[in-house]
Amino acid sequence: MAVDGLDIEIEEKTIHSVIGPNGAGKTTFFNCITGFYKPEAGEILLENHSLVGLMPDRIVRLGIARTYQNIRLFPDLTAIENVLVGMHAHLKSSYLGIILNTPFVKKEEQDAEDEANRLLKFVNLEAKANMLSKHLPYGDQRRLEIARALATRPKLLCLDEPTAGMNSGETQAMCDFIQSLRDDLGITIMLIEHQMRVVMGISEIITVLDYGKKLAEGTPDEIKRNPKVIEAYLGQGSAAQAH
Amino acid sequence: MEQIRAIWRYGIKVGIIGGIVLILMSLIGIIEVFTKRQVIADFISMGHVLYLAAGLFVCYMAAKRTKPAKPLWVISSSFFAGLTTTFFLVLLIILGRYINLRMMFINASDLLLNNLLTFGVEGNSGMLLLLYVGMFTGLITGLFYLLPNVVRTVILWSLAGLVFAGVLQDLFRSILTNNFPDIISEWLLTSDGLTMKGAFAIFIIIALVIISWSIKGEGIKQGWQNLPKKQQLTWRTVGTIILLVIILVAPWRLGLFMSEVLTIVGLYVLLGLGLNIVVGYAGLLDLGYVAFFAIGAYVTALITSPEIMNLNWSLWAAIPFAIFFGILAGVLLGVPVLKMRGDYLAIATMGFGEIIRLLVLSDALRPFLGGSQGIGKIAKPQILGFVFKGPQEIYYLIIAGCMLVIFVSWRLKDSRIGRAWKAMREDEDVAQAMGINLVSNKLLAFGTGAGFAALSGVIFGSKIGSIYPHSFNIMVSINIVCLIIFGGIGSIPGVIVGAAALIGLPELLREFAEYRFLVYGIALVVMMLIRPEGLWPEEAHKRELHEGTAKEATG
Repeated sequence: MAVDGLDIEIEEKTIHSVIGPNGAGKTTFFNCITGFYKPEAGEILLENHSLVGLMPDRIVRLGIARTYQNIRLFPDLTAIENVLVGMHAHLKSSYLGIILNTPFVKKEEQDAEDEANRLLKFVNLEAKANMLSKHLPYGDQRRLEIARALATRPKLLCLDEPTAGMNSGETQAMCDFIQSLRDDLGITIMLIEHQMRVVMGISEIITVLDYGKKLAEGTPDEIKRNPKVIEAYLGQGSAAQAH
Repeated sequence: MEQIRAIWRYGIKVGIIGGIVLILMSLIGIIEVFTKRQVIADFISMGHVLYLAAGLFVCYMAAKRTKPAKPLWVISSSFFAGLTTTFFLVLLIILGRYINLRMMFINASDLLLNNLLTFGVEGNSGMLLLLYVGMFTGLITGLFYLLPNVVRTVILWSLAGLVFAGVLQDLFRSILTNNFPDIISEWLLTSDGLTMKGAFAIFIIIALVIISWSIKGEGIKQGWQNLPKKQQLTWRTVGTIILLVIILVAPWRLGLFMSEVLTIVGLYVLLGLGLNIVVGYAGLLDLGYVAFFAIGAYVTALITSPEIMNLNWSLWAAIPFAIFFGILAGVLLGVPVLKMRGDYLAIATMGFGEIIRLLVLSDALRPFLGGSQGIGKIAKPQILGFVFKGPQEIYYLIIAGCMLVIFVSWRLKDSRIGRAWKAMREDEDVAQAMGINLVSNKLLAFGTGAGFAALSGVIFGSKIGSIYPHSFNIMVSINIVCLIIFGGIGSIPGVIVGAAALIGLPELLREFAEYRFLVYGIALVVMMLIRPEGLWPEEAHKRELHEGTAKEATG
């Protein structure tokens, strides 16, 4: 059992981090929220709507978007096409309308393209809109994946290790970017992260998982001082460093 | 010492491979069959062209691989590659004298071994000649390889063009005799093969075109880009109108045989575009696609034929029914395979295709579907007394169908639905996580593809007048998948090019018929090796390449 008896409440417009050692069940927890795994027991509520048993595409429509630990873009689509796919749920063109190219479809496509370009601009990729996403550099791919998630117009954005594989400069830029998502767009952010510096720097609340159970929860300062956390997580890390 | 090792490595080893390939080509009979068609009259046949081309290719590969590429080394490896290749053929001929090879290889005829392989000279002097030809070919190829790149390109393309003209002489003959004074076709073509004068003329014309394009081409492209948008649009419109006129008059200018070929190609374009939506856009490998083609044809037959149901409706009335049942079948097939991916999906759909064929073939359903006797007397369409009876008239029906299907594919391609399909093709899980409903979008893809196939089936049924279960075997599905891959997966012009190359060419070259699938296999393997994106790939790739070069130019 990867996640067991976990009880997390995420406040609106916070940056909430989930940390824990490898195999603690962080990604499993994400997969449950976004509908890829169905929990055997328990409830997941978004603004009092139950999400348990809904298909992932329904959950996205309700306002939860995600990115992946190992980037999963659509490699043979261009950057802008990736973002446009993210908008799919909000477009209403019908099959027949598309074939007849009705004024409604024309306008909707134009608006969608404008919005996609705006999002690309927001993540600093407007110059690379027509590049195939597989040919983008690593950092750009990360940001494109976030832009694609933003295109679904989420209330809650789940980021799975957004700074994995980045150097310190890139990591700092990503942290600023995540903060701007919350400050400028008012999106609630849930973050899985390994790098303590990132977590402590930007989160308002941190939940620590270990063996699928909640070990501790609190502000960064509380977590830093929590003896259980130091033992299970930081302690392990410092023990590993000693070797 | 060093050079001897190079000769062994690059010359003789490549020659051994070449020898084996040529022996195989001889023993499967492809050379003998092709010698029946002359490329240049009384000078060289298609079989010999193939034979020489294979030899030249071997020597060329030997020359190309040689490292370091010193002139003497290049020439000597190419020389030994040629010699080794022919040496193997000589061994084959000698073997043929003592052992009856025909026990196992029925194509190893006396004629092949003692005449064709040795360019018509029989006996020991023939074998000697063969060795000389090998050495000579090697030398020439080695020298050719050392020529500057430009010269090589010009010669290669001109030769390729010449061979192409010779191989497709039937096509050119019907174009020339139907549209131009006889004197031109008499000057260029004999009853079998090009004339010598004609061959020279073609070679020189192609060479001149390539040379002038390499000098002026960039300038012309620049000029085109510098033209104002409005003028570009006018020229485009003019071009499109000319193309349309050519398409519309084609069957009457090309004659009956070519019209027949064009209608077959057209039917496969229709089928290909439908499957392109399923396989190319949505990434669902459907090997039972022929089933929808069959359903379209059978529904048409049942509704319009006096046999079995005796409804005798007109073909126009049958079209909506056929398409409706096609789409319905597409959706019904889609439901059970929704959760399947990749290979499993391919096998399940293949099974579905066979089920439909076996159902129409079965004795139990004979009273309803005609069994192996099929259904005959399918109506020909009419408009105001104009009957679409022969291939030249049916052609227009097919063109109309193709236009419709191209239009629909094109509109869907970059729409919300097209993007959803492409996203599913790239990564189904993520597509779902982006809000795409997999069930409805997959069924939409299956339904659209099946609808196109059913339309194709209607035209097919009406074209041949009576349909039999064996017209709808799995090879049709495989052919369509091949032509899509060959043309460029997911690309609309790619389907047209693929159908022309894989369906049209074999129709023109009747000798090919026996080797059709061998050639398909080779063509696909070669394609995957040198141009995996297909002959005419999807635009996104081109667009990107274009931007890449633009960035390099400015940066």
